[in-house]
This record gives sequence, C-alpha cells and structure tokens, in this order.
Amino acid sequence: MVSRIEVALKTGVDDPTGSSVKRRILEDLKINSVSSVRTACAYTIEANLSEEEVKKVAQEIFTDAVTSHVSINAPCISEGFEFAVEVGFKPGVTDNVGGTAKEAIEDCLGKKISGGVYTSRIYFLHGKVKWEDVERIAREMLANELIERWNIMGSQGYAKAIAQIPKVHLAQNVQVQNISLELDDGKLIALSKSRLLALSLEEMKKIRTHFAEEKMRREREKQGLAGMPTDAELEMLAQTWSEHCKHKIFNAQIEYEENGKKETINSLFKTYVVATTKKAGKGKDWLLSVFSDNAGIIKFNNEWNLAIKVETHNTPSALDPYGGALTGILGVNRDVMGAGMGAKPIFNTDVLCFAPFEYAGMVPPKLLHPKRTLEGVRRGIERGGNASGIPTINGAVVFEPRFLGKPLVYCGTCGIMPAKINGKETHKKLAKKGDRIFMVGGRVGKDGIHGATFSSVGLDEASPTSAVQLGDAIVQKKAMDFLLEARDKGMYNAITDDGAGGLASSVGEMCQDTGGCVMHLERCPLKYPGLAPWEILVSESQERMTVAVPKEKAGEFAALAALYEVEATDLGEFTDSGYFVAKYKGKPVTMLEMEFLHKGVPQMKLEAKWEERWKEKESEHKMPQLGEALVRLLGRPNICSKEYIVRQYDHEVMGMSVLKPLCGEKNDGPSDAGIIAPVEGSEEGVAISNGICPRYSDVDAYWMAANAIDEAVRNLVASGVDVESIAGLDNFCWCDPIYTKENPDGKYRLAQLVRANRALFEVCTEYGIPLISGKDSMKNDYKHGNIAISIPPTLLFSAIGKVKDRKKTVSSDFKEEGDVVYVLGKTYNECAKSEYFEEYEIKGGRVPKVNAKENLKLYKCLAGAIEKGIVRSAHDCSDGGLGVAIAECCIGGRVGVRVDLEKVPCESNLADDRILFSESSGRFVVSVKEKDCAKFEKEMKGCEIGKIGNVRKDEAFEVKETGEQGAIYTKVSVLVSAWQKTMKW
Amino acid sequence: MAKGKPKILVLAGFGLNCERETAIAFNEAGGDAKIVHFYQLQTRKEKMEEYSAFVIPGGWSFGDDIAGGKVLANRIRYRIWDQMREFVQAEKPIVGICNGFQMLVKLGILPNLGGDGQQEVTLVGNASGKFEDRWITLAPEKKSKCAYAKGIDFIRAPVRHGEGRFIAKDGKLLEKLEEEGLVVFRYSHWDGERKENESVGYPKNPNGAHKDIAGICDVSGRIFGMMPHPECSIFEWQHPKVRKGEAHTKGSRKFFENIVREAAKD
Repeated sequence: MVSRIEVALKTGVDDPTGSSVKRRILEDLKINSVSSVRTACAYTIEANLSEEEVKKVAQEIFTDAVTSHVSINAPCISEGFEFAVEVGFKPGVTDNVGGTAKEAIEDCLGKKISGGVYTSRIYFLHGKVKWEDVERIAREMLANELIERWNIMGSQGYAKAIAQIPKVHLAQNVQVQNISLELDDGKLIALSKSRLLALSLEEMKKIRTHFAEEKMRREREKQGLAGMPTDAELEMLAQTWSEHCKHKIFNAQIEYEENGKKETINSLFKTYVVATTKKAGKGKDWLLSVFSDNAGIIKFNNEWNLAIKVETHNTPSALDPYGGALTGILGVNRDVMGAGMGAKPIFNTDVLCFAPFEYAGMVPPKLLHPKRTLEGVRRGIERGGNASGIPTINGAVVFEPRFLGKPLVYCGTCGIMPAKINGKETHKKLAKKGDRIFMVGGRVGKDGIHGATFSSVGLDEASPTSAVQLGDAIVQKKAMDFLLEARDKGMYNAITDDGAGGLASSVGEMCQDTGGCVMHLERCPLKYPGLAPWEILVSESQERMTVAVPKEKAGEFAALAALYEVEATDLGEFTDSGYFVAKYKGKPVTMLEMEFLHKGVPQMKLEAKWEERWKEKESEHKMPQLGEALVRLLGRPNICSKEYIVRQYDHEVMGMSVLKPLCGEKNDGPSDAGIIAPVEGSEEGVAISNGICPRYSDVDAYWMAANAIDEAVRNLVASGVDVESIAGLDNFCWCDPIYTKENPDGKYRLAQLVRANRALFEVCTEYGIPLISGKDSMKNDYKHGNIAISIPPTLLFSAIGKVKDRKKTVSSDFKEEGDVVYVLGKTYNECAKSEYFEEYEIKGGRVPKVNAKENLKLYKCLAGAIEKGIVRSAHDCSDGGLGVAIAECCIGGRVGVRVDLEKVPCESNLADDRILFSESSGRFVVSVKEKDCAKFEKEMKGCEIGKIGNVRKDEAFEVKETGEQGAIYTKVSVLVSAWQKTMKW
Repeated sequence: MAKGKPKILVLAGFGLNCERETAIAFNEAGGDAKIVHFYQLQTRKEKMEEYSAFVIPGGWSFGDDIAGGKVLANRIRYRIWDQMREFVQAEKPIVGICNGFQMLVKLGILPNLGGDGQQEVTLVGNASGKFEDRWITLAPEKKSKCAYAKGIDFIRAPVRHGEGRFIAKDGKLLEKLEEEGLVVFRYSHWDGERKENESVGYPKNPNGAHKDIAGICDVSGRIFGMMPHPECSIFEWQHPKVRKGEAHTKGSRKFFENIVREAAKD
C-alpha cells in the first residue's frame, strides 16, 4: 500500500525557497514569464498503514502547526498555478530525507515499516509560462537528470496525479562468472573496455599469466575455483591496480627530454615527492606518518596529533555538482577518521575551479553551465560541512574558461586525535590475525560501481543509477560519534575508510597487516536485494568504514554501535593465509594472492618532451587609466569578494575559530589563512592556506607550481605562521599526460608534470617544507564529437602550519588612521597571464619567478616582527598584484590610504601599471604603528621593503604615481562596491 | 554553594554538533557540564533528574530533514518523555540554542502559552533563502521575565542557521508573548541599541524574524531558546574584531552565568 503526504506552506506564509527559485529562473535562465513560485514537499510511504496511522504521522511528523498545510492522498494546493513540476530521485539514489522520515515514522508508530519512504519536491509555477520553458526550468534548474526524475503537470493533471515509487527492482539470480582471458590482444582490450576495467593490455596479459601458473591452478582447484579469474577477481584487480589507487603515472618510468637532453626518471613520486620530505623533513620530529596512511599525520603538541588530507572529486562534481561535492567532503572526512586510529575532523578547506559563471557560449553535451556547477558544488560543500558540524575555514575559487570541460573540486579536512590512547600511539595501527572485519555505517548498493564510468545511457526506471552517489552527512556523523567512543575504549586495532574501490580496497589494504582475510559477502547489508558478489565487493556506497576488531571485543563493539543506531556488520576475519578470500554463501568468489594483488601491477613506461611554447613578447597595448583599471580588476571573478559563498559555510562551529575567512571592520574583508585553536585552554593554533594558479601553466608548469607553493606559504606567513612549522600537501590535477595517437599532446603534458614536480622539490626543499600527503587526478579532459576541452595543468598546494600564540595572529585589514604602510618584497615586470593582462587582453609577458632563498629570508623576518606583536595587518599580494592587495586592506578596514609608488621596491624603470598589477611572488602589504616603525625596520633588516604611505581615516584612496600616467584618486566605497557587486547573488 | 557546582546536561547525538563549545561555556560560567549522548538517557545510563539544567545545543539533528529540530523533538516525545516531563515540572532550566531552540518550539513546550503543549510558534527558512554565518548583536528585552537575561547589556555572537526566522501562530499570540514578557532577546544594532517598534532590518536581523525576535522563554521563564550562538563568543580570541580591540564577551558570559546560577537553585 502506498500513502502520500504533501506538505505546503499555508497561504499567507512567505516561501523564500519559492522566491529564490523565481529569481534564479529570471536571472539564470532569462525566463521572465514566471510571476510566482510556491513549493511543497511530498512524502510517499510504502507501508501498510491504517488511515489513522497515516493521519497521526502526517500530524505529528510532517506538520508545522504554525506554517504548514498538509494533505493526505490529495493535492495540497488546488489553485493559483498553471504548472506543477514534481522532482524526485531516480531509483537507487540515496534519499536522505526519505531515510530520516522512515525513522521518524517508525518512532511515531512504535513499529518498523517494511517499505521505503520516498521524497519529492513540487514547484508550483504561476504565470503565462510556455510548456517548453517549464521543461527548461525543470531540466536546467530544478532537477539533474542523472539522479532525478521529474513530472510536469498542468493544474488539472496535478490534481489527478498518482504517486510513483522509485523502487529498485533487480533480477534476483545472482551468479558468479568465470572469465577466460585466453583471448587475442584485441579481445583482451575489448574485454577491459566493455567491463569498464580500465586495465591496459599489458596488465590484462599479466593477469592471464598469473592465473595460468601451475601452482596457482592447483591451489584454486582445491577451493573449487576455475583456472581463470572470476568476475569478482577481475573487478578487484582492476580496482586495486587502477590509476586512482596505484598512481601508475606518478610511479611510471619516464623518458624525459628537455632541450635535446634526455634522462630517465624512475617514478615522479619517489624522485620528487618522497625526496622532498626526506630532505626538508630532516630533524622534524613532528612528522609522524607521511604518505602511508589515508592522511598525513603530524604532531600538534605532546598530547595531540593532527591528520590532514586534501582530495579531489572532479568527475562526480561535473555530473552532479551537489552530490559530487557532498560526497567529496564526506569522503575526505572519512579519510581523516580512517587515519591512524581515527582523528576527529576539526575543519574543512575547499578549493574550486570553474569556468567563468557569466559564460554565455554554448554548453557542450553532458556538461552543465558553470554557474549551475558552482551553485551545486557550493550547496554540496555547505551541506557536507554544516550538517556534519565541521567548520569550513578557508578556501579559494578560481575561474578559467577551460574548467568548463571539467570543474575541479578539491576537498580537504584536518582532524585531531590524542597522541596516545590507553598508552598506545595513535598514529600507528595494525590489524591482527583473527581480528574480525567490521563494516560500519551505510549500506551497500550499486552506487559508484566503476566510479570512473559515467555513461547514464541504459539507465531506466528499473535500473538503479550507479554513476552518481549522494552522501548522507547524518549517517556518517552518527558513525563517527560511535567510532570515536569505540576508539577511546580501545575496541579496535585498525580502521580505514571505504572510499574508491569499496571493500575491495579497504579490506584489501588492511589485510596486508596480517597477510590475508576471509570475507562473507552475503552478510553485507544491502540497500536493495539482487547485487552480485563482485558488485558488493567494489561498490563505493558512502558513509562506510572498515574496522579490525579483536574477536573478544566484537560483541561489545556491535552493542555500542546499536546504541548509536549505527549498522556494524561482522563480515569475516583477518588471516595470514596469503590470500584475499571473499565468499558468497559459502563458496569462494575470490582467492587472490596478496603479493600479486598489491605488487603485481607492471610499471608504466612513458615519454615526456618539454618544449618552450610561450612567447614573451607583449602584444601592443596602451596603458589604461590606473584608477579605472583597479576598479575593473576588483570586479574580476578571480579577485572579487567571495562573501556570497563563504557566508553560507558555517566557518565557526566548534568554537575554535581564531582567524575567520572574513575579517575587518564589517566582517567582510578577505583573510589570507584560516586559523583555529583546537585544544581547550591551549594558546596554540593550527593554520591552513591554499595556493593555486593554473593560468601560469600556459607559460611553464614549473612556475605554475612554484607560485602555487609560494602563495600558500605567503598566506600562512602573513597570518603569523613561522615557515619552520609548515607542512605541505600536493594535489595535482592534470589533463591526460599519456601520449597516444588520440592524445598527441601527451608528451608535452607529461613534461609539464615533470617540471611541476621539479618545482615542488626545489621550492619546498628551499623553504624546508616537508610534504605529508598528496593526490593526483590525471584525466581531466572532455571529449564529445569534435569538441575537446582539457583543463590547464593545476597544482593545488595546501599548507598547514602551527601558531604558537593565537593572540599573535594577524588579519589583512588596515586598522587605524596613521598606521604606516609597507610593501615587502620586490616587484618585477611579471605580468604574463596576470589578471591585469587578462582583463586588457594583453598577450605575452614574463611569468612570476619564485626566488625561494630571498623569500625565505623575508618570511623569517616578517615572522619575527609578528612574533614581537608590532605588525597590525599583513596581506599577501597575489591576483591583481600590489594595487589589489592595498585596495583589499582598505576594503577590509573601511579606511583610506595614501601611498607613493616611487617608494615601492622594484626593478628599475618599471612602469606604474606594472608596479601596481604585476604578480611577482614573495610580496606583502603590511601596516605598522608609526611608533613601531624603527623596530619593524630593524626586524626586516636586509630585506627589500618600502615604506610607501599611511592609512587615513577618511575614505580617500590615493596613489601617487612615479611618472606621468596619472595617479589614482578614488573612494574606498567605490572600491567596496566594485569588489562586491560581481557575486552579489 | 554547599552542593558544589550545578550539574549541566549538554545533549549530544544524531547530528547535534555544538556540544563541545557549549559545555566549555557552561564550565567557564561555573557549571559542571557533561556531554551526554541521547542513548545514555534512553538507556538510563545517565539520569536526567540528576542534573540541574538540560541544554540542547546547536547542530543539525537528523540533518534538519523534514524541518529543523522536528525529528529530534519527536524522538524526545516518544522515547524519553517521562524524564523530560519531570524535568519541566521541576522547573529546572531547559535551554535550547539554534537547533535546540527549533526542537523546543516544535516539541510544544516553548512558549506553551496555551498550557497544552501545542506548537505555537515556529522557526522557518531565512527570508534571504540562505544559510548564513554572520555576527550579530542581541539586546535583552527589558520587561522579559527570563532570569537568564538579567544584567546583560548586550550579547555579540554569530548566527549560523538557515531556518531561524521566528514566526508566531498569529498576531494575538505574538502580542501575548510580548505582554507576558516571554520575548527575551531581539536582534539589535551593532552597539546593542534598538528603537522600540522599529526593526533593525537585514542583515542585523539576519533571518527576517518577526519583531526581530531572536530568543524567547516559556510562561515559567525557565524554558528558553535562542537562535544565535553565545557559546562561540566566550573568549576574546573568538571575536572577529578582536584585533581592533573589540571583543565583547561580557554579555555571553553573563548569560551562561545566569543559567548556572538558576540551575544552582535546584
């Protein structure tokens, strides 16, 4: 039996959701015929309930006595609209609200209900709207067809509509298939493609050889397995050997050619990333666990450790921006919870790259308009952080046209854990032979099987959508609360998260501790029946953790889970058999040799060739009026205020916030870093910042990487962090760097990757910054017919550092009239790909170089001055250069300034537009009290600094020129409005 | 006090998430706060009656699915109602912040002017249509009967919600709330000033609450709820403008001290 409850707002109660939908229809879709929008929710309950029960449920759960109007099995609104659009999920998509509603109904009725509860939203559109426009509104705004279905009804049709249930029906004959690899090369590749294994010919052959070995055959025969892999084994190998899990490109042997010189690089990861930490990490006893766990672990102080990880979730976010970003956040939270013995997340940081939101061109098939992507991703991050109670304290948004092909969504999380629990160090963990394998959290469905495959073709009402997953922050929050108590009570030996590759990866990796496992897949709780064993094994359903629980604690562990209303299932045990064994109803479906599983993947061999492509000669241009240029730059998407986004993230929950993302007189100025004080009563803080500048990779990926690192470091230094305490996280997002006929630019892209890695090594070792965790996503390309878009190679460098005294942190806003303004660091003519050149469409120019040695000297001096408490404000110069940095300090402080360009340290004969807008690295704008100037200058001795002017009380913004180009004389309010209007949504 | 510090129960679980800072705020105010998970009350491992105040902190219980605080309210009603009722009858302080406020309102015990436990007011989606994290100022209502607002000049604290717009069932009820002194805090100008019968407007009133109402109490004055988060403005370093020497912690501290003092009467 199906009952349907619809909840609408009473007439007369405003509907802000409806109003904002109406506004977006007008602004984003340019449809002006909708005069009003009202919204309602529908709950379709699949259960045998009496009329009284449905009434009780409607009354007690779904009614807000003050505002809502509820109808049972009848339309909730009968007039005042021309169209009703109902949007609900497709079968198999996680329905979070439906899940909560089911719990609430069971609570209310005091009994379990057998079926599901399915939610949908109804939008009532009023106005003379055309049917085609309603269709556009549904498709381009209200629903995402990958995961949602919609139904457009006229007012008559809506009155008669019948409830639909998006239930998953799967064939129930679950079988295990053996797959012969005795095929010719062409067929092997075809098999890899058709099963979406993403295994190369060489890898397929290696698997074939392995299974054909005599010893292997005999061992398998004993267990009743054929001399060829089962579907589950092949799928598991494909997962374990995937680029995602094994980083094959970063571990490849590369023949690299630069200027005719050839060299062989055996693994970028070892040669540059690991080597950086080896060199820069010398003597740093605070490095506890690097590269080996789900997150890097460092010491915060003697009592506490921090775990930090930054990941990408690009492809899922391209398809379903909301769901993709949400699962990205929840996924990286789990990484931290699965690091060491488990750290509690204390902040998130997110960096996003999109195409410009004002994009007016054609949107290629299967892609979304960048504004829609931005809005969806923003909502996903809002939900992921806010609902989990984790503050989002820092981030960045970058706009560049090529991110239309693939947006980048970097999600980072830092967690905290006691250094020791019950006398044991928490950054170590080890599953023991005989430990039970527990799966904790969500249930398993077809979600994210073959996470990399996103063809929605062939999806119909009966088949669940496997491509896109939707996270459930509350299921995860409950699981985390539970696991933290279990951790503190010493109930488990090891923990890891279920992410890419599902159980195959999590158990597969953890059982390396003991040398094998036996798992019973039929015990796995499913979202709906009918999953094949291989699907259970590799499903990427969300909110799950894998935990190794000593046998004698298994009962206690399960009982505690029940109290937290968290599912914890004993799937089997860790063994030392040397095999990864998974069974289904008693019969083995995998028996994979551990050694082969983890070390069998052959090393890739790749070619890279660097060539100078950039032309430094500048295109002809005339210097613009500088005041006007400043105003134009402030409004550019990469520079403008991101308050619209930041304010919708809870950046203060947990009450640890020291330096907020928004600062200044009106709490709306930009902060350079995020700082929190995670330990009650301690003066110490932890700071996070990010550096990213993809546009420079058009010039040279080396300087792209170097500038990203420097930007992150500058941000921390400006906020009061000593370079000595900084650790770095590298996240590479590239376009396909493997040369093939179809990808002729592969060698160049790989050379870009090599150069970026060199920069990583050279700059980090100069600064003394060890790398503690990283990630790569190598195939951010879009191809459809003859449209091809590849992202610019992008390194996100995240820097985490320690603050000794939270009272000595510095914000970017100018504080008070009379304070003296300094520029630190030297300005060069480095405007290639700068915001200034982009705005005025000037080609060519030189890219900013990073002189790490010089910079480091300056950073140390600045840290010393901050330590002495004499720096009133500090802001790093990045996009838009010095001009924008000074303007931002004024905007934050709502005070004016008078500065003289003559005093800015710079290369000789530099024109005023370059002094103002060049993006040279290693520079800051700092303000100091007049009386502290001498002290400050003493601290900065030996560094390039310029005393350029003063903060003023009125709102005059005055820049004195060096030559005849004309000064800037404007008002801060003009700058505020230019800076804020771009994203005032 | 002879008995020592009053025991304050800070509820946790099912998506509540401000328990840590809320407990710290109460401890700073001289209370003995303990974070108790819902299951501990349900299984009677922890007994509500052994505490002198019951605090439901902010968060996203059950993801705010259906409506903020609604599912948690039902869970209390169906699973631990006996303890809760007793606590209410004993007139011990019950305080809801943000999600806790939403919950108390939906449970019908706040403001409960009718005395029948029916929901009379609500908190709906912000007029801006957005969740917002924003620092605001609260002015205490002079004629409020709630002891928790005594002696407070103003409170400066962040709001962090998407459903905080206060609405009463009807105009009459709203009038009665004001008459009987059940309105405790209103959004004000930054310095704590406000003119009677004149809204401070958005964004000072961050959600479009009727009459700028941010916090109310029940008829007994013992049950109280508010949308903003004073537990995040206890220490100077938590304040956004501390670097300009502007950090008003006095109001928030006084608020928690008042509750602890009232709890100590138990």
